[in-house]
Amino acid sequence: MELREYQLLGENIHRHCLENGLEILVDVRPEYAKQFAFFATRYGGMHLRFHNEDGHWVDTPAGVAHFLEHKMFDSEEGNVLQIMAANGAVDNAFTAAAITGYYFECTRGFEENLRTLLSFVTTPYFTEESVAKEQGIIAQEIRMCLDDPDVEVYYQLMEAMYQNHPVRVRVAGSEASIAQITPEVLYRCHEAFYRPDNMVLCVAGSVDPQRVVELAREIVTHTGGGVGQADLGQKEPVQVAQSYVQREMPVSVPVFELGVKGTPAPEGQELRQQLVGELVCDVLFGASAPLYTKLYEEGLINSSFGGDYESVPGCAYLMAGGESRDPKAVRDAVLAEAQRLCREGLDPELWERLKKAAYGSMVRRLNSLEDTCIELAQNYFRGEEYLNFPQCFQSIEWADARAMLEQWCVPERVALSVVCPVGTGNQERWD
Amino acid sequence: MERFHKTLADGVELVMTRTNQFKTGVFSVTLTVPLRADTATAYALIPDVLYRGSRNHPNMESLSAATDELYGASLGPAVRQRGESQCVGFQCSFIDDHYALDGMAVLEPAFALVGEILLDPYTENGVFYQDFVASEGSNLADRIAARVNDKRGWSIFRLVQEMCAQEAYAVDKLGDAQTARSMTARELWDHYQTLLRTSRVTFYYGGSADVERVEQAIACSFAPLLSARQAPVACQVVDRPQSGEVREVTDVLDVTQGKLSLGFRTGGVVVNHPQFAALLVCNALYGGTAHSKLFTNVREKMSLCYFASSMLDKAKGLMVVSSGVEFAKFGVAKEAILAQLDAIRQGDFTQEELEAAIRSVVNALVSRKDSQGLMEDDGVSTALSGGDPTRPDDLAQQVEQVTHADVVAVAQMLALDTIYYLTGEEG
Repeated sequence: MELREYQLLGENIHRHCLENGLEILVDVRPEYAKQFAFFATRYGGMHLRFHNEDGHWVDTPAGVAHFLEHKMFDSEEGNVLQIMAANGAVDNAFTAAAITGYYFECTRGFEENLRTLLSFVTTPYFTEESVAKEQGIIAQEIRMCLDDPDVEVYYQLMEAMYQNHPVRVRVAGSEASIAQITPEVLYRCHEAFYRPDNMVLCVAGSVDPQRVVELAREIVTHTGGGVGQADLGQKEPVQVAQSYVQREMPVSVPVFELGVKGTPAPEGQELRQQLVGELVCDVLFGASAPLYTKLYEEGLINSSFGGDYESVPGCAYLMAGGESRDPKAVRDAVLAEAQRLCREGLDPELWERLKKAAYGSMVRRLNSLEDTCIELAQNYFRGEEYLNFPQCFQSIEWADARAMLEQWCVPERVALSVVCPVGTGNQERWD
Repeated sequence: MERFHKTLADGVELVMTRTNQFKTGVFSVTLTVPLRADTATAYALIPDVLYRGSRNHPNMESLSAATDELYGASLGPAVRQRGESQCVGFQCSFIDDHYALDGMAVLEPAFALVGEILLDPYTENGVFYQDFVASEGSNLADRIAARVNDKRGWSIFRLVQEMCAQEAYAVDKLGDAQTARSMTARELWDHYQTLLRTSRVTFYYGGSADVERVEQAIACSFAPLLSARQAPVACQVVDRPQSGEVREVTDVLDVTQGKLSLGFRTGGVVVNHPQFAALLVCNALYGGTAHSKLFTNVREKMSLCYFASSMLDKAKGLMVVSSGVEFAKFGVAKEAILAQLDAIRQGDFTQEELEAAIRSVVNALVSRKDSQGLMEDDGVSTALSGGDPTRPDDLAQQVEQVTHADVVAVAQMLALDTIYYLTGEEG
């Protein structure tokens, strides 16, 4: 077992890779009362088409990863949620575009709970009946999301920004797509993606890392012959597919998301690009940057406004949104501000302050065992060491942010998605 | 981990948790007043207006620059309800000096910034700046109006309003939208002066600094608050339904899923009561976990509800069941929910169910120590309820001892008071 020390942060990570390829990362925090375990696979809503073992392409309906996540909680012994709850643990799972993660936290019986987690995630158990029942439940979840303006405005933006990349497809799929899911599809996708060498186990809290490795070795015994490559669509053009999209929903004030389509980071540069991207967001739409106060005082945004850098393999983008009576004016102001910053530069004091603030909030996140484990896992999948962020930060300069502003924040890379009140679709603004 | 509780003046106290567990420190200042309909709006609005600007940092950009300089300290207004008290103030979290890349001390300037925002606001003509009052008044009104957007939260809120209509408890801690919109700078200023003069003051700090350093920083930045003030407000606990019969209330809204909420009085069992540990276990067994009777039977086996769970208000002595139900199944769902409670009252639950409930309560209590935010909330709440915030582990130990008979006894004290239906169909 390898021990990695991160002196600036006062953290140590115990790392071990099992013979079958399962990566294990343990962050021992003896002062914490609880233990948190996160078991994840590099598989999400965007992995729709992939190579299987015999070299054929397999196409799957939208929503399988999410469906699978729901179904994994069925075991032959019953509902895992209830088995874990009976043992005093709280467990759950989530599916995003590029990752599915299962986790629990507890303060007692850690080993037993870890056994349950490792075993239910690696033991598929699907029947025609249970799949049919789940189709009803997920269809209802999908319908509920269709009523949620925040979800709608987001996917509308993804569809406007991306022509080919499957990040534009809803993680939960549609009622029609999930109707095509059968036990066989689920078994096949589980086999393709839930392989030890496509997964990571991250544990944090008061635990013995040696025991974590022993348990994993005992339970995760299957091997896989390498993971089939996923097809993420044809090459994505630099510019957005549509610069403006809009629809009506029952909202009181228009909700919007502004997207800036970026360039994916080169291999090994994702953590750095993420930090630069987050700083660009702070410079451009952060609460202590000049534009925010101006827009707030003009009544164009309210405190719901905020933005962030996002990425999955094959795409990277900046996103900012909230409520506004004039989303187009916000977009124009953001673009103009980006140009001004490139032209006039940024007050060096402000830059240093923003860096300090961004660094501090990353340090703060380490308080949370959940956030720490999820970051460790996501960065492992991207080939990065998360806890190297302080060094990475120190190497970032204004020129890095300026280059991103200059290359990304141009009209052909920007899309605006708006959800406006019913019956107001022909308006330009909503005063 | 060491805990401290000190009186700094009459009605002014410091609750503190010293630990090296976290990478940040948490600091809060809480001003507590009785929750009353005629003052709730003003007191809820004050922190929002203060947070718009101080004399030294007269706008948001400048304030935000000040928090950025403290390594992105997160600082914000807080309005809480504890029993029948309204607690307003600020919470701040900042990185521990140890992790500052340039070796600066962060604690003192963070306390000073909170003190400045609370005590030295940006003013015009000797009162708050009218623009800040108008725009935050309108934001607050929007927040109050937006309560209805979360239908689950709304159905609980409405149930409690109906159930406690004659009690201060039912007053919205945010106040009312109309008052928020019409508040003038002068009126708000007068409320602000009263708040500073009369409220009970609770400081909380959790982090690696020692008591002397914390006391010193408070003395430097909050001197005007360190004088004698009023005694704490007692919460009126209503042991059992007042009307004697169960009330039913129905609201109609444009919803696709119905909500059914049931409000119970706990027979006077509140925090610090000898039976409180049993009540926690009873709630977990009934509807507090994924292993509970409501989840297992009403949701999973009978498929009557999209969700069904129960929760407690430990200061007021309420238990609320919240569920999502198809309109057509309101009647059956209500019967099923009540039948599960009757089963507990009759002792119809296994040792295994009891142990699972105990484990989940203990887990929830013990793991609060891993969150600075929850420890702050516990520390402040316990001090306000007259409990001892230096002994939070006692409760977990009591929970471990809860027996089958204890749960039956406390379940028999629960009395149904009001049932609330949120439906999309008229009639």
